[in-house]
Amino acid sequence: MKKYVIWAGMTLGLLTGGAPAVFADNGPQLLTPHYTYNAKTIISGARLFATNCMACHSIKFMRYEFLTNDLGMSKTDVHKYIMLPTGSAFKNNMTSAMPTDMAHKWFGLPPPDLSQIVRYKSQDWIYTYLLSFYRDPKRPSGWNNHLFPNVAMPDVLAPYGGIVNERGQVLRAGDEPPPKFKEQVTDIVAFLRFVSDPSVVQRHDDGPWVLGLLVFFTIAAYFLKKEYWKEVK
Amino acid sequence: MSFKDWFVKRSPLPEMWREHMAEYYAPKNFNIFYYAGSLLLLMVVLQFLSGFLVLAHYIPTARGAYDSVYGIMYDVHYGWLMQYMHVDGVSLIFVLLYVHMARGMLYGSYRSPREIVWIVGYTTYLAFMAEAFFGYVLPYSNLSYWAGTVITSLFKSIPFIGGWVTTLVRGGPGMSGDTLNRFMALHVTLVFMIIVGLIVLHILYLHKVGSNNPDGIEIKASKGPDGHPVDGIPFHPYYSVKDLFGFGVWLIIFGAIIFYAPTFHHIFLERTMSTPANPLKSLPDVTPPWYLSPFYAMLRSIPNKNAGIILMVVAVLFPFVLPWLDRNPVKSTRYRPITRIMLLIFFINFFVLAYLGEQPPLPKYFFAERLGAFIYVAFFVLLPFVSKFEPTRAPPARVRFRAH
Ligand code: HEC
Ligand code: HEM
Repeated sequence: MKKYVIWAGMTLGLLTGGAPAVFADNGPQLLTPHYTYNAKTIISGARLFATNCMACHSIKFMRYEFLTNDLGMSKTDVHKYIMLPTGSAFKNNMTSAMPTDMAHKWFGLPPPDLSQIVRYKSQDWIYTYLLSFYRDPKRPSGWNNHLFPNVAMPDVLAPYGGIVNERGQVLRAGDEPPPKFKEQVTDIVAFLRFVSDPSVVQRHDDGPWVLGLLVFFTIAAYFLKKEYWKEVK
Repeated sequence: MSFKDWFVKRSPLPEMWREHMAEYYAPKNFNIFYYAGSLLLLMVVLQFLSGFLVLAHYIPTARGAYDSVYGIMYDVHYGWLMQYMHVDGVSLIFVLLYVHMARGMLYGSYRSPREIVWIVGYTTYLAFMAEAFFGYVLPYSNLSYWAGTVITSLFKSIPFIGGWVTTLVRGGPGMSGDTLNRFMALHVTLVFMIIVGLIVLHILYLHKVGSNNPDGIEIKASKGPDGHPVDGIPFHPYYSVKDLFGFGVWLIIFGAIIFYAPTFHHIFLERTMSTPANPLKSLPDVTPPWYLSPFYAMLRSIPNKNAGIILMVVAVLFPFVLPWLDRNPVKSTRYRPITRIMLLIFFINFFVLAYLGEQPPLPKYFFAERLGAFIYVAFFVLLPFVSKFEPTRAPPARVRFRAH
């Protein structure tokens, strides 16, 4: 028995501690957003995303109704704060209204769909990316980014966060104090994390029941086995 | 005549039940590693179920594949459950396959008279590699695209007909919807049917000769007055209830992963799986999933592509001849300390190779990759000599067993 406990401990240790370290990316140093992952953060991120990002970016796998069904937002709030005035229906996907040819003209490429961006790039990457914009007069858009050099996206959050130059000197202060701004960016990241996998709500609702049932089954099976194996000498 | 008598007279099932369950005598001293076999059976069934469900929503075209897969995730009722079961199931099957094979190596289960059990089993493992690869390409993510391109280009190294074979496999000069069509056909019919057939053979061949056990001695050598091995117990009910308990524990692990860590730190579901195929955006260091990366590390350890492929093929094929490389009369490494140490080094080395295979192709890893490949091959080359001359302890006449 003791042997198995040691084995189990070693395996668990490898999986939880070792594995992420072992498979870590060798990329640049990223910042980590700290927050509690709940409906409140996600909804406030959704509002920021709708106002600041959805003019350009789609999240085409998401539907407006997920916000009410899964997060408990009211329909009026979704209409008021999230839906663009494009006459989109409630069941529809959350797509941007920007025509592709216009996007090509303005940015050289259509802004990518962000449905899976947290899965693809990681939360830390997006958080760092949104905090790494700076003023660069050499770029056609006037913006550049430390994490994503020569990016085609302008710093749309500059009104909140302010403007800095390449060396980090503040050129114009934002409307929000820095801690508040970081919180807003964090909320956007939390929302995009939800968008990457909305099943999280249902998974965490159902998980305890399914696992509880399995634990019950396992205990029953254990005693059944014990009973039969009494005869084995 | 009762219905039961009528049925039994016409049915082969009661006899099969007796032969493979109620009167199949298995050694009573199986340890925890012996759960892996029945768990693999369970997982193959679950994989079939979840695969059937996702297939019902999948569209095998270059335009539709990626969106259809995410349509399952976002729009199908419990689609995420089907998908995560199928994705995480693959990695867990490979965990079990490695445990199952390691068990066979630790206790000499590949030795006479179980050589065919081992060979059929190992062939199943290879078939699973193919099955996993074809499945990998189906979502047509950017990883699918580039992994598909890299792996199919390996066929180019076949002399003379390489180019033709590559085109045939891809269904054209490059990856396309035609590739998806043929890979889907392979994934859901041909390769899967081969796997099922091999598993049936595996178990029939095992039951013909009987199971080995951690002591590596034949229980059939000491039979009781009733003609059954004294250290054997009927599979049903003893091992069927024991395996039921194993199912429970395993499903808790499987469930915990699906519900709370479905990407498993992006080891089971890689990040580049979450962006659509893009022929213009090449993945600079596309690495295979963790369960194939040891062989990939060996492939990469040689700068010459063809020589690397040869090394990889040799490494993959070596276990087939394992039954004939081991020449010691004692089977279980419980009584062969030197082989046991060699095996442990071999296992650790395999882990290290898996790690190296996941790293970007940087010069700093080359030495370690070569050393790993060397240790892997050295194990098989040394085994005939070590097993011939190593000192062993005498195995007991009867299996070691403490009543629970
Ligand atoms: C004016 C249009 C516009 C707005 C508004 C906008 N973006 Fe972008 N965004 C772009 C463009 C264009 C790109 C492509 C950049 C490139 O590839 O050079 C991009 C790229 C990105 C990327 C990187 C995607 C990748 O695949 O690498 C992220 C993340 C992102 N945007 C997030 C946001 C967020 C969050 C917001 C809202 C705060 C936002 N964007 C608002 C135009 C926009
Ligand atoms: C999906 C794939 C597989 C399934 C479903 C499967 C199933 C089983 C089952 C049910 C048993 C009997 C129970 C046990 O001893 O654990 C068994 C035994 C065995 N398997 Fe497999 N197996 C698979 C793959 C493999 C592979 C890849 C190998 C080796 C390369 C292998 C080698 C063996 C051997 C040697 C035994 C006999 C073990 C002993 O008696 O000690 N099997 N298998």
